[in-house]
Amino acid sequence: MITLLEARNIGKRFGGLQALSDVSLTIRKGEVYGLIGPNGAGKTTFFNVLTGAYTPDGGEFVFNGSELPTGKPHKVVARGIARTFQNIRLFRELTALENVMAGHHIRTKAGVWGVLTQNRFTREEERLTTERAYELLKYVGIERFADVVSRNLSYGDQRRLEIARALATEPQLLALDEPAAGMNATETGQLKVLIEQIRHDGITVMLIEHDVKLVMGLCDRVAVLDFGKKIAEDVPAVVQKNEAVIAAYLGGGKHAH
Amino acid sequence: MNELAAAIPWLGKRNPTAARWLILVIALVAPVIAWQFGRSWVRILDFALLYMMLAMGLNLVVGFAGLLDLGYIAFYAVGAYTFAFLASPHFDVHLPFWAILPLGAGFAAMAGIMLGFPVLRLRGDYLAIVTLGFGEIVRIFMLNLNYPVNITNGPQGINMIDPINLFGWDLSRNLQIGENFSINSLFLYYYFFLLAVAGSIVFVHRLQISRVGRAWAAMRDDELAAKAIGINTRNMKLLAFSLGATFGGLSGCLFGAFQGFVSPESFSLMESIAVLTMVVFGGMGNIAGALVGAFVLALLPEILRDVAVPLQQTLFGHVLLDPEVLRMLLLSLAMILMMLLRPAGLIPARARYSHDHHLSNKLKQEAAK
Amino acid sequence: MTPRTVVRVMPARLMDPTAAPDWRLVRLGKGIMETLIQQLINGLVIGSVYALIALGYTMVYGILGLINFAHGDVLMVGALVALQTMTFLMGMAPGMSPLVMLSIALLVAIVVCMLLGFTMERLAYRRLRNAPRLAPLITAIGVSFLLQTIAMIIWGRNYHTYPQLISTTPLQPIEGVFITPVQITIIFGSAALMIGLLLLVNRTKIGRAMRATAENHRVASLMGVDTNAVIAFTFVIGAGLAAVAGVMFASNYGIAHYGMGFMPGLKAFTAAVLGGIGNLGGAMLGGIVLGVVESFGAGYIENLTFGFLNSSYQDIFAFLILGLVLIFRPTGLLGERVSDRA
Repeated sequence: MITLLEARNIGKRFGGLQALSDVSLTIRKGEVYGLIGPNGAGKTTFFNVLTGAYTPDGGEFVFNGSELPTGKPHKVVARGIARTFQNIRLFRELTALENVMAGHHIRTKAGVWGVLTQNRFTREEERLTTERAYELLKYVGIERFADVVSRNLSYGDQRRLEIARALATEPQLLALDEPAAGMNATETGQLKVLIEQIRHDGITVMLIEHDVKLVMGLCDRVAVLDFGKKIAEDVPAVVQKNEAVIAAYLGGGKHAH
Repeated sequence: MNELAAAIPWLGKRNPTAARWLILVIALVAPVIAWQFGRSWVRILDFALLYMMLAMGLNLVVGFAGLLDLGYIAFYAVGAYTFAFLASPHFDVHLPFWAILPLGAGFAAMAGIMLGFPVLRLRGDYLAIVTLGFGEIVRIFMLNLNYPVNITNGPQGINMIDPINLFGWDLSRNLQIGENFSINSLFLYYYFFLLAVAGSIVFVHRLQISRVGRAWAAMRDDELAAKAIGINTRNMKLLAFSLGATFGGLSGCLFGAFQGFVSPESFSLMESIAVLTMVVFGGMGNIAGALVGAFVLALLPEILRDVAVPLQQTLFGHVLLDPEVLRMLLLSLAMILMMLLRPAGLIPARARYSHDHHLSNKLKQEAAK
Repeated sequence: MTPRTVVRVMPARLMDPTAAPDWRLVRLGKGIMETLIQQLINGLVIGSVYALIALGYTMVYGILGLINFAHGDVLMVGALVALQTMTFLMGMAPGMSPLVMLSIALLVAIVVCMLLGFTMERLAYRRLRNAPRLAPLITAIGVSFLLQTIAMIIWGRNYHTYPQLISTTPLQPIEGVFITPVQITIIFGSAALMIGLLLLVNRTKIGRAMRATAENHRVASLMGVDTNAVIAFTFVIGAGLAAVAGVMFASNYGIAHYGMGFMPGLKAFTAAVLGGIGNLGGAMLGGIVLGVVESFGAGYIENLTFGFLNSSYQDIFAFLILGLVLIFRPTGLLGERVSDRA
């Protein structure tokens, strides 16, 4: 298997809190990789460091064989990493279609001059963007809401829209931060199908999730964080039996659903 | 234009084509009607058109990109002073109109970027205060740069600025047609400004429904998420500032040439606030809103001036509230009441289409098959 | 834009009395050392006024995250109401002792401003507490201009001479250094008020409620704090301080008019940011530092720029400081006490 992303000794400190210490992990092309751990273990911090929202204090990411820039979200996206947020962050005044079209920003080029003159290139690009955005809405199954302002969508549809928007950036690695949070069993089931479809279409998926059943059923490999340290990394069946993990996570207060 | 047409009560929804024609006809005959009430009303309409351009430019910054700019009038000042420097006896330079226009726009855009760079990382409310400070600094320099070298001529301002001259056609002269028919210069300016406003509408509308406009809207709605989908928010903010400033600079040039003199008092904070009120009143993030807001709030104080002063004379025997006070009262109340009662503005931006609807409809029809 | 616009047509010097160096003092100073001390004193005086105003900004910001743009205009209302009261008293009881007269005027100004602060919060800001972030700020700008307009209607556009009930004859504690009794009163008066405020916030029950509300509205109200009352109280206290600052400001420069609150308001906001917005100690420190920097800046700008810029540019310092602080140290000198609301 080819390595897609390698995190090497990532560290991040907030004041007195060591949110991440020396975290190293490897994600292979084409897999679904789970990042789990109790609340406050540093999962979301890892996402934020990976996607450039925070600058790490130490360590580096190697993506597709070369180092990722840190602290520059738009450059990370350009390299092919897209993310969603734990608490959905859509562009609330834009329609569903526009949200996805905005996601296509980094793959398009039209500048002010092209926009003002509406030259052929710009018009063609805009047409392709619209079509592609519509395709993506279909892909996640919410194309009938294309013209609905995103804040009026239902919770589950907002989650799907956020995934569609992330896919619009044409990522190789899709990082999902608790995509099933707040979903009922049916919705979670549909989400699982969607993620499998995404993987099937050649996009590597990394996800943070609390729903252990989802993680165990979906992920090829799982890493466990506890107090900012990686305490295990293996296939779900092995991790499930790991004693440190059971102590830290499964046994430690937070129960599996 | 569609938004504007849709905003016309009753007709807008039933027959948008007719509504569009109605707007066009009104825009064309407005000065003729105004002339019946006196030539000063045509002049007021000319100024209203300049305010419309300003409001559109500020709307780009505040409404589209979500950056509250309280120093916007500074760019207007840059345009107006550029024109005054390059086309007046002050330095005895008289460049042609078409040569100064891009310069004025360019300088204003540069000022926009200069302001943009340091304030990029500021939160919304801090940004407002810093831009206000920027506007005041520009004004303080205009007031005081007459010493030790006389650059701006201080509080007196610069006089005898050349009028707009379109390839030898001087707009400040009445156009003589035949023996006994002439078109007043104010009309010429009106139609020229109308053309400029129409051009601005097209440009701003194209921006709004483009990749750029979407990126601004994304940034305005959620900056973090915008970064996370790869939008370079720094560049997009700078772009918004500089394009907004360009509009300010262009209308400043027109203002300088039309008015014939410029002085710092035309560029006070009150004017920045007035333009902001127009945008807020009409509806932020919405071209039609900015246009209607500018039109109403440019005209209303003048109408009040004509109505309220004689009214007070008859009622109280003397003028209690002079027109200037009335204008301030109107603007500040408009701002407060609008925010409290109708925050989306007169014409809410419900139709904020930023993509081609026909296209998406077509796609949907295909999908239905 | 229209040629008839005559708002703020006064040259900067007249519009904002701080722009004019106190010539009585500057001209009399002789040696370098004396000038230095003199600038320091002038800076301390104006700085303590800034500090008082800054407290109002910082308290409201700390609790609501709102820049109460109209705060500077509350100062103006305070100064003009006090002026009105003094004029009235002089007519009614010409024999009254100046100190009594000043105290009554101050009291009236404080009460009026407190009512004003309460009304503003109640009618405008409270309804906007959960509105999108630009709405409260735009409303505050509107309130600011509304207050100025109303003041213009009541008191006209003219500059009013401010009665100087405390002597303005300079004393000379050191040879060549001058300070007036008004200035001494300002320094000590504002120091006393600041200490009082610190005690109120740190030692009383309502103070504790204020701190709790600033920390987290929802949690505070779950703990039984009446957050609405606390917020209203904060506005009222801030407005009261602004009223005193207004009277001090006008007494020091001997002028008052409807637009006088704008510049000191803006500078006090700068002071609040400089000290670390939301932080009471920071607002005090920021006010003093800004006052001193401005005073030195105005004194030396001509030499620094080889005569190109002169003291008419004094107002620029506040804006430059504001810009620099926000860019390089947005949390201010003492650190911000508000969670990031971005």
